[in-house]
Amino acid sequence: MDAKAVHERLKQKFGEKITGANLEAASPFAVVAVEAIEEVAVFCKADPDLAFDNLMCLAGVDFPKETPARMEVVYHLLSYPHGHTFALKVHVPRDSPAVPTVENVWGVANWHEREAYDLLGIVFTGHSDLRRILLPDDWVGHPLRKDWTDPDFYNGMHVKPTPQMADRAMGGEKIGVGPFDFTPPNAHIAD
Amino acid sequence: MASEHRAADYAWDVGEIDTDEMILNMGPQHPATHGVLRIELRTDGEVVKAARPHIGYLHRCFEKHAENVDYPGVIPYTDRMDYVASMGNSLGYALAVEKLMGIEVSPYVQIIRVIVAELQRIASHCVAVGTYGMDIGAFTPFLHLLRDREKILDLFEWTCGARLLYNYNWVGGVSHDLPEGFPRACRDFLREFDAITFPELMELLIGNKIFVKRTANIGVCPVPLAVSFDLTGPNLRGSGVPRDLRKDAPYCGYQNYDFAVCLGKGDYGPTGSCFDRNLVRAREMAESSKILHQAVEALEKTEKTDVHEKVPKRVKPAAGEIYFRTEAPRGQLGYYIVADGTGVNPYRVKVKSPCFTAMSVFHILARGMMIADIIALIGSLDIVLGEIDR
Repeated sequence: MDAKAVHERLKQKFGEKITGANLEAASPFAVVAVEAIEEVAVFCKADPDLAFDNLMCLAGVDFPKETPARMEVVYHLLSYPHGHTFALKVHVPRDSPAVPTVENVWGVANWHEREAYDLLGIVFTGHSDLRRILLPDDWVGHPLRKDWTDPDFYNGMHVKPTPQMADRAMGGEKIGVGPFDFTPPNAHIAD
Repeated sequence: MASEHRAADYAWDVGEIDTDEMILNMGPQHPATHGVLRIELRTDGEVVKAARPHIGYLHRCFEKHAENVDYPGVIPYTDRMDYVASMGNSLGYALAVEKLMGIEVSPYVQIIRVIVAELQRIASHCVAVGTYGMDIGAFTPFLHLLRDREKILDLFEWTCGARLLYNYNWVGGVSHDLPEGFPRACRDFLREFDAITFPELMELLIGNKIFVKRTANIGVCPVPLAVSFDLTGPNLRGSGVPRDLRKDAPYCGYQNYDFAVCLGKGDYGPTGSCFDRNLVRAREMAESSKILHQAVEALEKTEKTDVHEKVPKRVKPAAGEIYFRTEAPRGQLGYYIVADGTGVNPYRVKVKSPCFTAMSVFHILARGMMIADIIALIGSLDIVLGEIDR
């Protein structure tokens, strides 16, 4: 089946719950209403014509500049029996991103969803083990969000130089030890 | 929120544990975990009742970096993901961006890319199979295979100056043309590999009775499990599924080469065992060698073009997105790239790493194993932590 036929089939089964599509894109996709993603996923896997038995990739993307500001979760599907591919997307509001999990449909979604939660803060409701996966457990915040700024401290350690440190270094004081002397990035402008 | 999750974590460890059970931490500095992988094992004597992998020790924020450099600037970072097979990583990224921009490279450049990718596949499998033998007690094959890998690295060094992290595949071309005399040097290497190293490997390690007994009945991955958890590449083919992107969705002109897709057949036990996955890797080296013979011949017959001919002055794709997969040595490596069309930086780059998905099925395969077999299982999945943690 090509992308058009897949979309048609989904549209026919779910009607209004398929809220949009782009079939001319390099990787064609359909947008699914967030509350319907689990049943769409189950259908995509079970339907003999679609037979999307493999989830190739699950990615979260942050779009703070769209109106309304939103996050996307993108599911790239592959059918081993038929060899066709398709993508599903859900849009969630950026201030409270929550998506039903699909880990019961494709096992690999478990870790992909943990990664999306870890790096983007998308909460997958119903997930069996929604913990951070790449970052340390005590990390605060979700760095792949577009408005992420590096923290000044991590566990009490300076992560980046404070303005006071920069001032002292500009005043000629030596900060740091050995080859790791701290030189402010704009030191050459000083005099 | 973090503390809540830690509490849940803790309950798993202590709440359910019986008096004669023990929690054993394997790693993150265990030599057989192929990097900094920590596995939490709940053991009853020698038997593993549950296993839980913890990853992230090597996280270097690849995806965050990718958003803060321009498109060509991402390539050195891709090299550092799977540092055992850098050529495959940068090739996937370069092809994805090229497809996004509609660039078609010349047949000459395509052949160069096939040559370096297949040489890299042999080198990568040399490490995989060699260290696998070493993990379970066979030291000699490791030395033989590393010797041959060294020759491939020499060829790469001669080509582009780097031995491990090449920055070779560029968007629209490759960084350097192959040097004068490369075909001959490549053939010399292949002649030795075909005649000595490969048969030696098959006799010394693969057909070795001790090796077979250690690996042929453990870590069996049935096909539905493999597909559901997105095992790809040799891990999937080890379970007997004939899927190879070089055949199914050819890129770089792979359709022009004659080679076979190697499958696990369960010669000494159930199909999909650790032995099968490893055997697929070993056989693939011979298939790569077959491709290389054809590619080197094609290289000499093809009209030479400038390898920078199609390299764009400014890589700035129009708004759009793409998910592109290539068959890297460890399985299907996918790049999901979102371009917003305004800046020269990618808006979002997500990597689907084959090792990441292979590791996600680990807790199911490891259940009920002996502790010593855990080592055999990790090695047979052929993971590189640089790619899992990114």
